[in-house]
Amino acid sequence: MTTPAPEDRKDSMAESAGEQAAAAADAKRGPSVATREKRAGLMNPSGETPYLVVEDLTVKFPTADGVVSAVNGLSYSVPLGRTLSIVGESGSGKSVSSMAVMGLHDRKRTQITGSIRLGGDELIGLSENDLMKVRGDAVAMVFQDPQSSLHPLYTIGNQISEAYRVHHKVSKDVAKKRALEMLDLVGIPNPIRRFGQYPHEFSGGMRQRAMIAMGLVNDPKLIIADEPTTALDVTVQAQILDLLNNLQKEFGSAIVLITHDLGVVAEMADDVLVMYAGRCVEYGTAEDVLANPRMPYTWGLLESIPTVSAASEKLRPIKGLPPSLLNLPSGCSFNPRCPYKDRVKGERCTTDLPDLLPVDGAGAHTSRCHLHDKASIYETEVLPRLS
Amino acid sequence: MLYFVARRLVSALSVVLVTLIATFALFFIAPTDPAAAICGDRNCTQERYNEIKKNLNLDQPKVQQFAEYTAGIFAGRTFETSGVIQDCNAPCLGYSFKNDRPVTQMIKDRLPVTVSLVAGYAVLVLTIGVFVGSMAAKRRGTLGDRALMSSTLILSSVPYYIVALMISLYFTILYPILPRGGYTPLTDNAGKWFAGLLTPWLVLGIYNCTAYARYSRGSMVETLSEDYIRTARAKGLSDRKVTYKHALRSGMIPVITIFGLDVAGSLAGAIFTERIFDLPGLGNLVLQSLETYDLPVIMGTVLVASVVLVAMNFIVDVAYSLIDPRVRLS
Repeated sequence: MTTPAPEDRKDSMAESAGEQAAAAADAKRGPSVATREKRAGLMNPSGETPYLVVEDLTVKFPTADGVVSAVNGLSYSVPLGRTLSIVGESGSGKSVSSMAVMGLHDRKRTQITGSIRLGGDELIGLSENDLMKVRGDAVAMVFQDPQSSLHPLYTIGNQISEAYRVHHKVSKDVAKKRALEMLDLVGIPNPIRRFGQYPHEFSGGMRQRAMIAMGLVNDPKLIIADEPTTALDVTVQAQILDLLNNLQKEFGSAIVLITHDLGVVAEMADDVLVMYAGRCVEYGTAEDVLANPRMPYTWGLLESIPTVSAASEKLRPIKGLPPSLLNLPSGCSFNPRCPYKDRVKGERCTTDLPDLLPVDGAGAHTSRCHLHDKASIYETEVLPRLS
Repeated sequence: MLYFVARRLVSALSVVLVTLIATFALFFIAPTDPAAAICGDRNCTQERYNEIKKNLNLDQPKVQQFAEYTAGIFAGRTFETSGVIQDCNAPCLGYSFKNDRPVTQMIKDRLPVTVSLVAGYAVLVLTIGVFVGSMAAKRRGTLGDRALMSSTLILSSVPYYIVALMISLYFTILYPILPRGGYTPLTDNAGKWFAGLLTPWLVLGIYNCTAYARYSRGSMVETLSEDYIRTARAKGLSDRKVTYKHALRSGMIPVITIFGLDVAGSLAGAIFTERIFDLPGLGNLVLQSLETYDLPVIMGTVLVASVVLVAMNFIVDVAYSLIDPRVRLS
């Protein structure tokens, strides 16, 4: 996998210009969901040419109780050197969507539609053999719990060199040298000794460093980090985030960071995508989404962050539970938990699924909500509660 | 690692010692008359009875009897029978007055037969059983998985001796597509050795591999859902490497426990197989000595069986620690 050639860039720019023209034509006849969402996916909020483009991604698992739509029409894009944070509760589809990018779902039990393009190359529909060449090479994944994600019966060194040798035809010695370099790079002291040790001889933070070393051994253009700090000590979390940040600066990779921790988002993200019940509900640059959120679910997430200063306050959780993906509420999936749904005229929240629309009519910051006065509600009601 | 092995070895030896005491106690301290038992009841003369009693020092304190029995195992001893002094070299497990032979010699004659049988069986059962189990685990829930698993269930619900007898009757006698069972020492004629053991190997191996297929399937299904298997796939490893390298290594740990006990049990005597396929192994010896109530032979085989069991457990422990580095710590 290579960086997009200049021709590709021109092409995709031409394409997006075409899309815009089409969208403008559509605007006369009234807005079309499909073109708008497509455009949102193609263009990155930053305006840079994306490396990873996910368009209208849908992931379904047929089960005994019915078809579970874990991800529904998800679109986003990440340019090299930028970090996209995907935020949401458990079961919102964040992990499922990124597993789809890696092609890690069981093919027989999963229906994936839409488009996932990596440096211009379509991944959906690739054979298992072709996907194998992408996995671990152009895209690497760092998993949540390094304790269970590292093989307990192989040495750390063995696992890292193996990852290198899958994609490079080199001798064991060369792979070992490379693994030692990586261990050193991720800040593991005494790599030579550590090379021959097993995961149970590593501390939690060291294990995650080793995991990152394994992910980066083939110099991937895209790193998907699935809650990389959730299983770690708070003091270690910061170190791991710093490490990821520094490595990104050094190698210029695109990062998709899956998390439910808005503190991590604030520290790491360039762009933020908020997911709820398998759909994107708000998407924009980190600045836009964190400072000017335009969706009650995002407000709820921000309000539920405990603050130390507000000593008297109790925690303010989002009331209720995420809906079952087998049986989504009609209209906006968030409506049963939304404290603002009475302010929308009629029953629109319970009957119509809101489109993902630009919050200010034109920009790259989009949200999925029927509320008209989102900006004023946020500024007058939500913001005072946040400080 | 060395420390681990040494510690396991010490505990294994102490178990053997306890078994030795228990075996001795069972036959000598229990309120029976060992001399009468050893002499038998058909052609036991008073003369012979007295001879045995004197030989075994049954009039001496039990501790001394045990000491002599144990000394015999380590240093050898002598027995007097019909006025002739018989040497019983170490390891002397007693003397069969019924067969006029040292027990150790009788066991030594039979051992190669049983070892040959079990070695071939072990290879078959591990390769076929584990392979079938892993295949089923990889395809769990599919038609192939269900077909494999139900056929193993059907096969293993027919008693073993019926399966073995039927195969022996139909395929080696009525329609002789398989060679008849029998034993020729490997050193005499390797071809005949192989031919004579082929049918028993196949029957024992295929019948028992059904159980191994199910153990392996269960264990592999669990392992394949582990996070580190997902990591292995995310690295870009092929499906085959993920299953047969990463998953198999963890998935084999529970199977090895059962394998060790199974091999130990079979070494102590695969009675049905040896009987049906006419193999003069330990199982047949046990059966004969039980039929004739040849007490020294029974004691000897019990002791050998328990030593084999302890040894297999020791080997399994060491194998564990080779597979799983975490075991070495505890």
